[in-house]
Formats: sequence, C-alpha cells, structure tokens
Amino acid sequence: MELNNPNLPSDTVIVTKLDEAIGWARESSLWPMIFGTACCAIEFMSAAASRYDISRFGAEVVRFSPRQADLMIVAGTITYKQAPILKQIYDQMSEPKWVVSMGACACSGGFYDNYCTLQGIDEIIPVDMYVGGCPPRPEALLDALLCIQKDLRTNKYNFDRHKDFKGLLDEA
Amino acid sequence: MKHEYITVAHSEIHSFIQNKYKDGFNYLLDITAIDYTEYIDTHEEEYSVIYIIRHKDFKLHVVIKTYLPTLEIDSITDIFSGANWLEREVYDQYGVIFTNHPNLRRVLNHREFVGHPLRKSYPITKGQLLYETDDLVDEMNNRLLSKEVVCSLEDGSFSECNKDLMFLNLGPSHPASHGTIRTYVALDGETIEAAVSEIGYLHRGFEKSCENHTYNQIVPYTDRLNYCSAISNNIAFVKTVEDMLGVTLSERAQAIRVMLLELSRVEDHIVCLAAVLVDMGGLTNYWYMYNPREDIYDLLSKLTGARLTNSFMRVGGMANDLYDGFDEDLKEVIKKVQYGVNETLKLIKHNKIFHDRTQNVGVISAEDAINASMTGPNLRASGVSFDMRKDTPYYGYEKYEFDVIVGSVGDVYDRVMVRYAEIDESIKIIEQVMQNLPEGDVNIKDASITLPTKEAAYTTIEGAMNQFKLIYEGVKVPAKEYYGSLEATNGELGFFIVSDGSGTPYKVKVKAPSFTAMSAYPQMVEGSQLADAILTLGSLNIIAGEMDR
Repeated sequence: MELNNPNLPSDTVIVTKLDEAIGWARESSLWPMIFGTACCAIEFMSAAASRYDISRFGAEVVRFSPRQADLMIVAGTITYKQAPILKQIYDQMSEPKWVVSMGACACSGGFYDNYCTLQGIDEIIPVDMYVGGCPPRPEALLDALLCIQKDLRTNKYNFDRHKDFKGLLDEA
Repeated sequence: MKHEYITVAHSEIHSFIQNKYKDGFNYLLDITAIDYTEYIDTHEEEYSVIYIIRHKDFKLHVVIKTYLPTLEIDSITDIFSGANWLEREVYDQYGVIFTNHPNLRRVLNHREFVGHPLRKSYPITKGQLLYETDDLVDEMNNRLLSKEVVCSLEDGSFSECNKDLMFLNLGPSHPASHGTIRTYVALDGETIEAAVSEIGYLHRGFEKSCENHTYNQIVPYTDRLNYCSAISNNIAFVKTVEDMLGVTLSERAQAIRVMLLELSRVEDHIVCLAAVLVDMGGLTNYWYMYNPREDIYDLLSKLTGARLTNSFMRVGGMANDLYDGFDEDLKEVIKKVQYGVNETLKLIKHNKIFHDRTQNVGVISAEDAINASMTGPNLRASGVSFDMRKDTPYYGYEKYEFDVIVGSVGDVYDRVMVRYAEIDESIKIIEQVMQNLPEGDVNIKDASITLPTKEAAYTTIEGAMNQFKLIYEGVKVPAKEYYGSLEATNGELGFFIVSDGSGTPYKVKVKAPSFTAMSAYPQMVEGSQLADAILTLGSLNIIAGEMDR
C-alpha cells in the first residue's frame, strides 16, 4: 500500500484490508513511555536530541503518562525496589502496547549480579525487543524501534502474545 | 599533607566529635562501618564505625575509628544534620543501631529486606523481592508533628489542626525526579508544608560488588556511579589506589588526567544545565546545549572507544595515550561548547521568566550547607569557597590559572550560574594543559602494577606470567585503611578503601556528593511552591547512580 505514490489521483478510494490500515497507522505513531532510571536514560536523551532525533520515526511524543503511551522503553537498571513500580506502570498502559528493554541491565541485570538488582525485567513483565549494549548507542535504540515498526507493518501484532506470561510479581 | 587517623573508645565518640567540632572540624564527610569477621588478622572487635571529618579551612581531614563491643553507638545527628542519612545507611547495610537517631530506618534497601547486605556473612547474589512499595505515611506524620502542623489526638491518631492538607507523591517514575527519586509532600494549596524523600531505587550494590572484584575490574563499576562524567569517577578511584600503593604518575599522565577531569566536568555541567532549563519549560535550551555534548561524546569515543562509560583509567596510568590529532579535535569541540554555552546564555541572561523562577528559590545558607555536608558547586553557590583543586591541590593543579566560582545567596540561580562559569574555567584549564603537554609515557613502569606491552606478553615468558598474574590476582595493594578524594563534577568524591594485602579490596565506601545533597533537599523545599521544588532538585544535579550506588 503506497499512499505516498505521487501518481495517485487525489480523490480516489483505496481498497485495503483493515489490518493493513491499522498496522500502518500504528507503526507511524508510536508514543514512548520512557522508564529511564540510569545511564541508558542519558543515551535515550541523546536519541531524543537533535542529532539522532527519534521524531524522524514518528516516535517523538514522549509522554510520561502510561495512559497515553503504547511503547514502553525501559532504560536503565531495575532494582528489586523499583520492580513494583515498573510493574504498576506496565499494567496501567492500555493495549496495544510493546516493551523495549534497553541495555544490559534491563535485559539481564548486566554485570550487577548481586542482591539488589533484578536479573532482567522479563522476570516481571513481558518484553518484545531486547537492545544489547552498556549503554547501547542511540542508533541501536532506533534500530529496535524500526524492528517493532516492521513487525507492525507486516501486521504481526498479536493481542494474545503474552497471555500466558507469569511474572514474579503476578498473583500466583 | 599528613592526615590524622585516630582510634577512639566507643563510649566517648559523641563527646570526642563534639570537641573536634568546637576545634573547627565542622564539616562531616562520611560515616561508614567495617566488618572485620573475615579480615586477615584479628581486630579488637568484629565491627568498627568510621567517621571522616574535615577542618573548616578544608585542608585537613581526620579519620576517626571506633570499635563496637555491641552493635550500638550514639548518634551524632545533633552535631551534623548531614549525619542523618549517613547513619541510616550504616544501619541499613551493617545493622549498627544509632541511639537517639530521630528516624532510624532503611534508606537504600527496601522495607521488606531481611538482613544487612554488606556484612561478610551475607551472600552477594541473595536477592529479595519487594511486593509493595513503602507508603511513607508514618515518616510523613512524624515530620508533620515535628513541624507542629498536625496535632496528635489522645487515641493516637492525627488531626490537621487548622490546615487542609493534600498529600502528593512526586516520583520516582517521572523525568523531573530522574526516575529514581521519590518525594512525598504535604501540600497546603500550592505550598509545601512538609516533605520526605525516599531514595535507593537505583541501589545497585556497588560496594558489595567491589568486594568480589579486583581493583582494575572495579573501574567499569565506577563509570556507572556518576554516569554523566564517567572519567572523573575512574580517576578518583585509581588515584586513591595509587596513593595507597605510594606511586607517582609521570608528568604526562598527570596532565592528561587533569585535562580529562575538566572535560568531564564540562560535559556533566552541560547535562545538568540542559535538564534544569527543561524543568523550567525552556526546551530550546536543551537542543542548543545538548549538541556540544554529542561532540564531546564523539571525541571521547574516538579516544576511549565508548561514548558514555569510558573506563579509560587503570591503576598506574591509563588504557592508551592520546591519539594523533587529538589536539585539533579538542580545539574544535571546545569551540562548539563555547558556542552552545553562549547561545543558551543569550536565551536566559536577560530573560525575566528565568530570573523570576530561579532567584531566591530553594535557598540554603552557607552554615546550613556546610552542616548538611553539601559539596562542590552546590556548596560554592552558597558562598563557601571550598574547592579541592585549590585547597588540597593534586596532579599539579597549583600550576594552572583558574578561579573558584562562588555564589552569594545559595539559590537556584546561583547554582545554575556557578556551573555556567565553571565551564569557562574548565576550558581555561584544558587550554593551559594542552599548550604545554609534557612528553613521556602515560603508564608507570612497574611490573607489579601495570600490564606489560602486548609484544612482551605474547613473546616472552616473563611477560606472559606478568600478564597472567595481574589479570587473575589483581594489583596487590598493601594492607591499610585509606581515604582519598578529589574534586569531581559534583564536589568531593572520595573512596574509603580497606585493603587486606590481596588484589581485591576488603571494603570500599564511596563518599558520594549527591547523597548528602539529597539529604538536605526535603528541608530546602519546605515552604516553597511545588513547581519550585522540581527546579531545586534539578539545580542540585543529583545523579542517582552516585547517590544510591
């Protein structure tokens, strides 16, 4: 579906599939909820600043309100003390929602293998995209964003994909 | 400079510190404890508490040690307000009870935590889940009672005497609170009547990890303390270890370290200023300020291989020498930094909104700032000219021409402007260093400290053994207890290291400038507006990684 084709007459009716149209709308308007706690949040600031400019990908509207966001970027170490807050904010986000785990600490605890660091946020919430690096360069974060957008374009969005997920903080 | 190390009997500690205070030691640096249960030789008792205080001329510090027959000791919060959180931390990590402490509760670990993690008996990987966050209501009630905002009734409940209070939770998950600082406030209309802060959301176990790694392996951990200026943490740590070893670096290495220290000071101040102006609503500043920082990143990634977490320093030198053409790159970067700073200053210098929002907001007087153990630009903004680069020079700082920037009121405006001026002073120092950079080696030639060249490691048996020993066992540091510090971007960043002669430190304690600044924050914002509290927090430049460690 090439809506940007200049040869299209201006008063045309386009026939398409609903999934395609919705996927196209979703991929170009991801609103991030940035859960930044540490060094990775500084790299996210770089990604939002003018050189890397995350708004080129339609993901600029950084809303720090979970109700208005559909892409959660967890940037930084999540400790056991922070975990309930992360879980609460994830639960407050409405579907459809995606989660990017940015950096080694969020993915696996990184080299903080000790008594206070959660060994990866996938122990408490489901994750769609992992970005490696300590901290990852802004290009890596933009790459994760593009991967999610590609999934949406090929409408792989599946509402039930985390239905059986059971985290450490979920009620047994 | 000879610093004193004194041992005092456990029953006399309060009166001893009181007398020291009268003698002019009015600046508390740090309080920590040592668990001697696994130390190589036996001490009087299994636990001791360490106090580090500084004289008011800022040239001399004293390390006071007291052994604990029982895990109880008198609190010194009545002498130093900054001791409040420091003692809470010792209680949290070691389980030492401070009698007469106004609010002895955990500060870094969560409230459902069982045990004391820095004791040697606590296994490092034993994590403990938290299911529900602390609501802070009891702490808030005590705070309100002490300020006589509420009255307690006979049945033990509280009544709001004549005010209609609203309770509001700021953070931790909010960009203005850096994602890691939580402040619970009682509002009367728009005015904050009482505030209590909770930290520890980024407590990543730095000190416990240090006890399980060799000295050079700790360098990457120090990067992530103050992640806005990683190199200055590297230098602070390896400088302390080098002082313990008793080695002196070459002229060239010292000059390069000074230059990198000042460069990291510039980049840290840039982030702080960009963020504090965003908290005010001035997003334009952010775009103008952040681009020069990207240029500094490019320079540092060319030099060290990483943008943010450089890990450039090693015990006894650094990873590499400067590359060819560094000089020209640095000049370009400095031009861009000056351009960015001037552009933002144009935006705010005569901006009425900026002046109204920052002047006489979040004021802390010089006496209060010293008593609360504030340090660095925050202390200088209150009018105290304490700068370790002038008071206790190291690495030849006495050779360079620069001024100490001092504020007059101690409000947000002073703290912002002190940082603007310090960027200029740092650039002055960088230019002086680069004008006459000495030639020579950057690493000291000592096989027991620095790694051999790659050629020697791959072709000679001595080199291979030397490399193997240093990597596997680490640098052997003589057994002693030592406090070393330098002027990092946020103030005095110190490391108290206990060595047992092996390649792994027995204990490391960081004296973090952000920690004491944050402990003064609740008192600073009480009585001001809610929006001003956000600005005050931004202007203190609290870096959570350094505060929570």
